[in-house]
Amino acid sequence: MASLQTLHPLFNRDEVFEFLKPDIPPSLDLSRGIILYLEDISVSFDGFKAINDLNLYIKDGELRCIIGPNGAGKTTMMDIITGKTRPDKGSAWFGQSINLLKLDEPEIALAGIGRKFQKPTVFENHTVHDNLELALAGNKKVLPTLKARLRSEQQDYIGETLLLIGLGDRPYSPAGSLSHGQKQWLEIGMLLMQRPKLLLIDEPAAGMTHQEMERTTELLTNLAGEHSVVVVEHDMDFIRTIARTVTVLHQGSVLAEGSMAEIQNNQKVIEVYLGG
Amino acid sequence: MSSVRLLYNDKPGMVMLVLLAAAAVLVPLCNLGFPDGHLLHISTFTMTLVGKYLCYGLLAVSVDLVWGYLGILSLGHGAFFALGGYAMGMYLMRQIGDRGVYGNPLLPDFMVFLNWQDLPWFWHGFDYFFFALLMVILVPAALAFAFGWFAFRSRVTGVYLSIITQAMTYALLLAFFRNEMGFGGNNGLTDFKDILGFPLQSDVTKAGLFVASATALALGYLCCRFITGSKLGRVCTAIRDQEPRVRFLGYRVENIKLFVFTFSAVLAGIAGALYVPQVGIINPTEFSPLNSIEIVIWVAVGGRGTLYGAVAGALVVNYAKSYLTAAFPDAWLFGLGALFILVTIFLPRGISGGMTGLFRKRQEIN
Repeated sequence: MASLQTLHPLFNRDEVFEFLKPDIPPSLDLSRGIILYLEDISVSFDGFKAINDLNLYIKDGELRCIIGPNGAGKTTMMDIITGKTRPDKGSAWFGQSINLLKLDEPEIALAGIGRKFQKPTVFENHTVHDNLELALAGNKKVLPTLKARLRSEQQDYIGETLLLIGLGDRPYSPAGSLSHGQKQWLEIGMLLMQRPKLLLIDEPAAGMTHQEMERTTELLTNLAGEHSVVVVEHDMDFIRTIARTVTVLHQGSVLAEGSMAEIQNNQKVIEVYLGG
Repeated sequence: MSSVRLLYNDKPGMVMLVLLAAAAVLVPLCNLGFPDGHLLHISTFTMTLVGKYLCYGLLAVSVDLVWGYLGILSLGHGAFFALGGYAMGMYLMRQIGDRGVYGNPLLPDFMVFLNWQDLPWFWHGFDYFFFALLMVILVPAALAFAFGWFAFRSRVTGVYLSIITQAMTYALLLAFFRNEMGFGGNNGLTDFKDILGFPLQSDVTKAGLFVASATALALGYLCCRFITGSKLGRVCTAIRDQEPRVRFLGYRVENIKLFVFTFSAVLAGIAGALYVPQVGIINPTEFSPLNSIEIVIWVAVGGRGTLYGAVAGALVVNYAKSYLTAAFPDAWLFGLGALFILVTIFLPRGISGGMTGLFRKRQEIN
């Protein structure tokens, strides 16, 4: 009888084994007003600590700038958030409910985090329109993609985005023929097509002319509010024009955080970054 | 209707399909309808030879789908071709019945020779054509799926992937050489008699196989065109150009690769299955890495990433090979080498790239 009792759970008719449960990531929960938690994150490459006990919180709808000298760990931090690099320790949560360390790149992208790379990475052989179409939010599994047809509201959204990024006049040019600045915008446009909640933008102003930079500023400030935006940038002028809150990274951890004025007067920051 | 839409922007593809349809009608007609010696007569030898080229064309299309559109340089597609061929060969072996040299009604000749008493378990079912047809599709698909599952999941790309595809086909080559495997060892499977009750030696059967090959090539081409023209096709070329970016857009790159790679392997298997009854033999040298590299050369000569270029490349290179071996038995390899060098220098994007280049130039002049 006793042995039968130990077997009893196996006959439980409503038992659903762990491995049979569909792996649906929980939906984004922003009830505390914080969209991204990075806590005690450390990662090292061959003994070099790229990130060292990093703590960072991004509020919902915030536009945050992150600055820091080369090697401060800015790009590594983005790699961790988007699932490209796994930290050695620490935790990373997207809202209250989504554990980023358990997901891989496509899952994180589908959960609502979009990333723009430092070097503009668009699909050069595809047209501007196709670049946006590929980024379009929707079912990205194999067979639905094979059968996908653009619905009219999707077509409209592509049109709107084209206007927003200033490429409305050349939707059918190959992306490879665009100027450097236009590629940057196209990539930001691709992020928008994904309808992300959190945008990570790595050096959007790199290699841009002054006018292009102004347009980019406008674009990014428009995005904040509806989306949360994290911008990593080197160009201090650019940051001065968009920044509300600035975080300074140094040697893999947060050195200072505050408004641009506070940061500029912070003694530690002046020593390591602004060059005194 | 949908195939018309499919080809709307694909003039060379349309031309190719029209030519294929014309060949599928005229070649058997000229072979069967006119007596030997008549001006319009096409010899059975020529018809079978072209039929063989059409199978190579389908094989080249399957390689172009993964190489030209997905960026996977497979140096092992010959393995899928050979597996499809072996599945068909096993059916043809079973059709021999007791007409073999040893006259054993139960076992193929090579098994009698090896003193085997029973048919191995994996030979059961091959008496039925539909089962063999199913295996022609399933066996290459299963291998491609298992191989791709591990390779794409662990993100093996570029030259490393090419090397392991090469290792895969080489491993199969060694395995199929062994007599104990039960596939006829180094002699392979041959001495076929008939297919679906039609004698393989007759002209009518050969004409039927020719039409089947042309149809398979046309359908395979249309399927590939459907994939490359869909959004999935655009995702594939995006993976070819910028794989990490596609991941950050939320696509599961490994699943997409697995789907297209497996589909391509099925096409290669079908090509192999049509090839075997026309040449009358399948043996392990079909698994040779050299064969797989040759397919890649056809695609490169034809111009990759166009599909019809792959067909053109397969036809041109194989015709050149047949012609040169007959005309210059001692120097044919030099001729073939010269062809590759000339194409690389003067047509770096292959025959199809050169044609579109010419077409554009003429448009500009006008």
